[in-house]
Amino acid sequence: MISTCILDTMASNLTINIMIITITIIVARAFYVIYRTGKPLITTKASKTALSTLVVLGSGGHTAEMINLLSVLRKDRLTPRFYIAAATDDMSLQKARVLENSLVESGEVKELSAEFMQIYRSREVGQSYITSVLTTLMATADALWIMIRIRPQVVLCNGPGTCVPLCIIAFLFKVVGIRWSSIFYIESIARVRRLSLSGLLLYKLRIADQFFVQWPQLLRKYPRAHYVGCLM
Amino acid sequence: MGYTEGNEKPKRIVFVTVGTTCFDKLVRAVDAKEFKHELLRRGYTHLRIQIGRGTYTPTKSVREDGSLDVDYFTFSSSIADHLRSASLVISHAGSGSIFEALRLGKPLIVVVNEDLMDNHQSELAEELAERKHLYCAHPQTLNRTIADMNLESLLPYPPGDATPVAELINRFLGYPDD
Repeated sequence: MISTCILDTMASNLTINIMIITITIIVARAFYVIYRTGKPLITTKASKTALSTLVVLGSGGHTAEMINLLSVLRKDRLTPRFYIAAATDDMSLQKARVLENSLVESGEVKELSAEFMQIYRSREVGQSYITSVLTTLMATADALWIMIRIRPQVVLCNGPGTCVPLCIIAFLFKVVGIRWSSIFYIESIARVRRLSLSGLLLYKLRIADQFFVQWPQLLRKYPRAHYVGCLM
Repeated sequence: MGYTEGNEKPKRIVFVTVGTTCFDKLVRAVDAKEFKHELLRRGYTHLRIQIGRGTYTPTKSVREDGSLDVDYFTFSSSIADHLRSASLVISHAGSGSIFEALRLGKPLIVVVNEDLMDNHQSELAEELAERKHLYCAHPQTLNRTIADMNLESLLPYPPGDATPVAELINRFLGYPDD
């Protein structure tokens, strides 16, 4: 009687201990990832191998800015490239295709090493909140599935709302140890005095490794950002 | 490419563009009699309006005895050609339209749509206006802007440069500088 009671308490103590240890490890790992975020990659291997890259495209001006940046980046280092845009946005992927085809034609890359994907948006403008719950779940599952498939080493994004879940998943991959990635966020040129909601989240949560702003006013408010002048 | 204020060609086109948005307040403002009168007074001869998704349709008219030639369309694949042929561009505040006009060196008036929910767009127009690259107006102040503007005082916009970002990204990823 007494011995089973002792065994019971020991067993429950054990589960509690295991839970505490697991949670401690996860929290410690999350803190380590946050600590490492923003610190340059130190592996010398990186300078030789190419890194798979996720490029999140938004509508209109966002895509134009991203294309400008991509045109000056070394594409042989950031290979293969995965372009993602909202399912309701055909224009952006079209522009990315034009860029990739021009790279092949100009001989800058030997063969097409890019993929173009669409992602569900969690909420369209004007959608009701009740259906939003369902679509948000669908969008999250969709984002997770895409990220598991491509596991990018570099994430480039500049503002559209679709980039937030993708960046959070990339961050969780770092915590769990699935894939280490460097996340770069370039705030849109349209943001002069205030960050966009996506930008604010990724800055405050310290998810972005490097956070770029195009106007000096924002650097004064967000000192961890890098001021890089206008991309357009 | 310089500003074409002193252009000797008889055709001086004002091109109004709302991009893919619906901005009826702007279309209404440029369809007003006083506005057209002001354009004629400033020496413009043609008014071309891209109305986008708007529902208000301006009145067309042909040029005769010094009146203004007015025409409109919803969308066009040759927006760039319209911009190029214009002596003055009046645009909504979308960054794509703004930089397209600035890159072509066109005198530009950006009209802010106050009805947009998240009105961060005015930030960019106001900043660029402060730096004298363009004029920033509202639908109800457009007439005064046209009357008072001095296109000689506008400064050309230096093209943007993405290399600082690229260098920081390269360095972060451990790649040597090119």
